[in-house]
Amino acid sequence: MEELQNRIASQFPQATFEAGEYLLVNIDDAHWHALAAYLRDNERFDYLISIVGQDWNDAFGCVYYLTNTFTRVILSVKVTTTDRENPMLHSVSDLWAVAGIYEREVYDFYGIIFINNPDMRRIFLRADWNGHPLRKDYDASPEANPVPTENEETDDTTVAYVENEKGEIVKEERVVFAPEEFVVNIGPQHPATHGVLRLRTSLDGEFIKKIDLYLGYVHRGIEKLCEGLAYPQMLHFADRLDYLSAHQNRHCFCLCIEKALGLEVPRRAQVIRVIMDELMRISSHMLFAGTFCMDLGATTMLFYTLREREKILNIFERTCGARMTYHYNVIGGVAQDLHPDFVKDVKAFLPEMRKSLKEYHTLFTGNVITEQRMIGVGPLSREDAISYGISGPSGRASGWANDIRKTHPYSIYSELDFEQVVRTDGDSFGRWMVRMDEVLESIKIIEQLIDNIPEGEICAPTPKVMKLPAGHWFQQVEASRGAIGFYIESDGGTTPVRVKINSPCFPLAGIVDHLTRGAKIADLITIGGSLDYVVPDIDR
Amino acid sequence: MGVKKNKGITVQGMPYEDWKDNEYIESLVEELKANGTNVVVGSFDKLINWGRSNSLWPLTFGTSCCAIEFIALGAARYDMARFGWEVARASPRQADYIMVSGTIVHRMAPVLRRLYDQIAEPKYVIAAGGCAVSGGPFRKSYHVVQGVDQVIPVDVYIPGCPPRPEAMIYGVMQLQRKIKVERFFGGVNRKEKIKKFFEEHPAPEAKEKNN
Repeated sequence: MEELQNRIASQFPQATFEAGEYLLVNIDDAHWHALAAYLRDNERFDYLISIVGQDWNDAFGCVYYLTNTFTRVILSVKVTTTDRENPMLHSVSDLWAVAGIYEREVYDFYGIIFINNPDMRRIFLRADWNGHPLRKDYDASPEANPVPTENEETDDTTVAYVENEKGEIVKEERVVFAPEEFVVNIGPQHPATHGVLRLRTSLDGEFIKKIDLYLGYVHRGIEKLCEGLAYPQMLHFADRLDYLSAHQNRHCFCLCIEKALGLEVPRRAQVIRVIMDELMRISSHMLFAGTFCMDLGATTMLFYTLREREKILNIFERTCGARMTYHYNVIGGVAQDLHPDFVKDVKAFLPEMRKSLKEYHTLFTGNVITEQRMIGVGPLSREDAISYGISGPSGRASGWANDIRKTHPYSIYSELDFEQVVRTDGDSFGRWMVRMDEVLESIKIIEQLIDNIPEGEICAPTPKVMKLPAGHWFQQVEASRGAIGFYIESDGGTTPVRVKINSPCFPLAGIVDHLTRGAKIADLITIGGSLDYVVPDIDR
Repeated sequence: MGVKKNKGITVQGMPYEDWKDNEYIESLVEELKANGTNVVVGSFDKLINWGRSNSLWPLTFGTSCCAIEFIALGAARYDMARFGWEVARASPRQADYIMVSGTIVHRMAPVLRRLYDQIAEPKYVIAAGGCAVSGGPFRKSYHVVQGVDQVIPVDVYIPGCPPRPEAMIYGVMQLQRKIKVERFFGGVNRKEKIKKFFEEHPAPEAKEKNN
């Protein structure tokens, strides 16, 4: 770490450093793009995890989290601007492809304009929305933004703010779809989009030329809601982000707060959390298998996979008391002890699951039609996967070993014996197979733990009024669809200053355009299904 | 048909006493009686309502968690096909009712309204889950509609976060009961039911004309 700091300091004498959880580099906007290029090209920080937009009242800014995918070092960079009227920062979308949509998100929430980003439209809110909601001085009254009754206007142009040779910022209008293009609107209400997501698709015959992505049809403003709540109160939002990885999301949120508080979680609670996480992963992949096959026309698979999912839900229900939105992880441990039959139920379920997996492969994977629809469809290279921030099973199908359980182990994962499933095909078939093989790995993890759940406390004692010390924390956990990250910034009070949820599905939606170019329109369904995004997780 | 056996309005052979909100159904029956109807037309009403209430086709519509429970409702364990509701339609033009399962946000509100407008009459709305009923856990958010009844008229509310599939079955059964006590000829087959609602919530086109 120190060597890295010295190297950056020798190249960029303006930079200041703060030690912390991860090394934080402060840099002014004028040198930010040069630093970013240096970090990517010379220090191999090739994966941009997150851009956290911020409003510190006296200044706007962003915290960038970067990772070197070889050494797995995480670095954060803070860039600020004090101009409240017209805040501008330089874009890094030319260096990391995922920055394109991340910066649009920051623009939407904070109104920070990114110079040289080719597309500076709002991404979650309508173009006619007043104000930028995550600003501290935002007018939240319903009168400012009443429920719209007018249909949304769709514009075929976008704007970009470009810096010319003289250093002046020029506003440019850019064309998204030319008037002669044939644009088909898919969504927001469409069975193949898996939720409310809108894809404006430009077609050339049967081939896709370009897709313009519209999000925000279920944007609930969770990040803003969190700012007004105490820490134990805001946990329940985690269950409702990606409801198919409710346990992992909540695990991540709790880990982040526990890290800030310096809480030691009892061993029993850690083991229970890991078992629950892996069960959740299996249930999520089962739903993926069902809906994905249904998209491809194999409706029967849904009934087979949901049969297995219901068995897991039964197990969850007996312990957590709910079929979805479990609210099981709490700060310091878990909410209630395991059901007396938990171990018995899980042990009965695991062999059945193994058997069913074989059945799925016989029914579906080896099918000629399946293979023709999946093999070679939507290929994604390893470099693109990293640049577009495609974490989780979709990234691992492209040969990028990115499993947070292995790269940055949390809880008790470092003690467990399991493999991260990595394939090199990178197509829809690879993404399907990675998930199926992951189910086997999850079974392996549960089998190691289920007989060895230690006795003891299920929750560490926590203060009644929870106050986090001043500072900021970032925690990642491997959810069913990829790495979910929680960023919390506190000023020492009972409520956070900023909560940022770095959802794994947002980049997945962002890559649809890249993957479908030149593909046939039927492949759009395959590609979208194989990426397996969950829209409420994208929109938050 | 359990109507004769149990006296009151019921569906799927469930005893009348086991239902909740019987007063509401009774009030609808009273209203029906008060208006009076022809013997022949009334008999046709009964026949048509029996058919309508037992082949309710939902619109495939879901925004978040509740939609997954709706999928579970369609799968083997809960199997809504038993009741004649299995044909989830992707096109609103072929659907009978829309189960709003999930949060409706500002951006989605005009879309939902448009979908509702596209469903053929007679049409019904079920608000499933806390978000659709009142905004639920996101009620205080800047971007969430506080209940779909601000956008479209709702017939049945199902609380829960998300409601269990059993609750959803109960909710649709309540809708069946409601359909059974409707006047079809000269009633719901005319667009009178939602006229009042439209007056209170003018559609975009109507607004433009006024201006």
